[in-house]
Amino acid sequence: MKSDRVFGLVVILAALAYIASALQIQSSFMSDPVGSKTFPILVGAVAILCGLTMLLRPDEEPDWPEPMTLVHIGIAIAVMVGYAYALKPWGFLGPTAICAAVLSYQISPRALPAAITGIGLSAGLFLIFKYVLGLGLQPLPKGLLG
Amino acid sequence: MELLSNLALGFSVALSPYTLMLAVIGCFLGTVIGALPGLGPSNGVAILIPLAFTLGLDATSALVLMTSVYYGAMYGGRISSILLNIPGDEPALMTTLDGYPMAKAGRAGEALVLSGFASFVGAVLATVGLMLLAPLLSRIAYQFGPAEYFALYLLAFATLGGIASNNQAKAALASAIGLGIAMVGVDHTTGMPRLTGGNLHLFDGIDFLVAIVGLFAVAEVFVFIESHGKGSSIGVKLEKVTIPVRELLGGTWTMLRASLIGFIAGILPGAGASLGSFLAYMQEKSVQGPDAGFGTGNPKGVMAPEAGNNAAAGGALVPMLTLGVPGSGTTAVLLALLMTLNITPGPTLFTDNPDVVWGLIASLLIANFVLLALNVPLVRIFVKILSVPPWVLLPGVMMISFVGIYSLSGSYFDLLLMILFGVVGWLFRKLDIPTVPIILGILLGSHMESALRRAMVLSDGEWTYLFSSPIAIGLWIFAVAGFIAPMFLRNVLRKPQRITD
Repeated sequence: MKSDRVFGLVVILAALAYIASALQIQSSFMSDPVGSKTFPILVGAVAILCGLTMLLRPDEEPDWPEPMTLVHIGIAIAVMVGYAYALKPWGFLGPTAICAAVLSYQISPRALPAAITGIGLSAGLFLIFKYVLGLGLQPLPKGLLG
Repeated sequence: MELLSNLALGFSVALSPYTLMLAVIGCFLGTVIGALPGLGPSNGVAILIPLAFTLGLDATSALVLMTSVYYGAMYGGRISSILLNIPGDEPALMTTLDGYPMAKAGRAGEALVLSGFASFVGAVLATVGLMLLAPLLSRIAYQFGPAEYFALYLLAFATLGGIASNNQAKAALASAIGLGIAMVGVDHTTGMPRLTGGNLHLFDGIDFLVAIVGLFAVAEVFVFIESHGKGSSIGVKLEKVTIPVRELLGGTWTMLRASLIGFIAGILPGAGASLGSFLAYMQEKSVQGPDAGFGTGNPKGVMAPEAGNNAAAGGALVPMLTLGVPGSGTTAVLLALLMTLNITPGPTLFTDNPDVVWGLIASLLIANFVLLALNVPLVRIFVKILSVPPWVLLPGVMMISFVGIYSLSGSYFDLLLMILFGVVGWLFRKLDIPTVPIILGILLGSHMESALRRAMVLSDGEWTYLFSSPIAIGLWIFAVAGFIAPMFLRNVLRKPQRITD
């Protein structure tokens, strides 16, 4: 009940913001009868209707995971975001091993198998990407290769 | 005998050793992807698209490879359904109802063989249906103007939201989110950026591949973290594989009926394979009567949904190829592939690129025979693959997704967006909001808008033009009916719950 209501409210606010920014769209000298604002505004209006429906007629409350699980998911997200930033400057091998190992640990918390998974995936995938698919990946940080 | 000459053209493309090799690789990979718990046709095909793209394949080869993966995943999905009671995706859910009880009763081998044959029958019949129906439909599609296309897109969203979800408002919301995302970037008509918030990364819009991989593959990782990889250890052992000839012959009518139903369900834009396997199962259950023991391990309860599911996969290709409107999540992913390859599906595809279309159809026929060989005599290989633990599989999927998306643009921004879509996908799954309409919205958004705008240019801003032709009116009626009717049929069409141990 509560989740759907909260989410319905978020949807309505987001759709209003979307419509507001659609109203700011600059039209150019070449314009058609519909223009570039109408369709986004229509879509926003549909979203508001849906949000209202969720607010007024919510479904049953989903089973939210316990707090510890949310922490695990949070760690996974943080590691992935870190990976996105690290991939270019640090090369493929290091960040991939760390990220895969941490993700593996979040699914099944055993340190040794997770570490082996990380190193194995990093090396194995690198070989596949480099030599089978021919992707130009940077294996190590740029500085090390000179 | 235009059909025969077209088929000859198709086989001349498909029987080249290189294409044949791609079809076999695709079938193998597809079956593996389908068999792995937690990977289904849509997320499997999604993570492979960026990689197939980097291989530098031409349009036909890429299409042959990916559709073999698609068909293969539809076949392979039954393996984890039967042995582990874990459906790879929604259409495979119906197979668990009788497949898992059969496996628990020590008849896993039989269930796998029967469902393999049923998949083959459904898929071959659907491919033949596609061959006959698609050229006809593409001729009708020539009469579609912008007003008809606008109504057709609406119909796709309406049926997807009406039939495939439990709550119309949530499905419509998902469509609106997808359409809203599609609007971000440079407006093609005026050349002006819109809704980018001034962020330079967003000027090109949001790549649908980023959204697909995020919503389908990354979200799956969160689901597995939540369940801590549980539920994969209660597998059933496969003792010996024999071909139960009697059951197989006894199920001939079952498979034919299910294939027909599945094919029709697949053609309906937006309805897709889940509906096909669901209707095929329910139909067979009512034909066999309450004493047949459906849900306790009846072989016909395995054959019907598998034939229906695979026939729907073929049927879903009909609207996708002729009209550019996908009938399911996976065909939406295939549409994304076509768009990446700069092929515009639609009636002109059959006249402009006959080698692509007929080469594809011929390779589908070949792929089915390859898949029958892989899935009946060699099924043991794939059963072994089920023992890959989720704590190796999911990080692997994740890393492949990262590299695939990174290879598209080489930008960290796309990776961040992909993670965001993954979180959204997980949240939406919790809230029971379907994610397939989001993909469809992102894929079709700009087409839908430009259809509306061209219609209004033609009519000089007269809104009634949208309802000016019989085809358009018919599509509008179906769209409204497809969205509203399921509200009243909800109690009749209630989906059976998954069997729990």
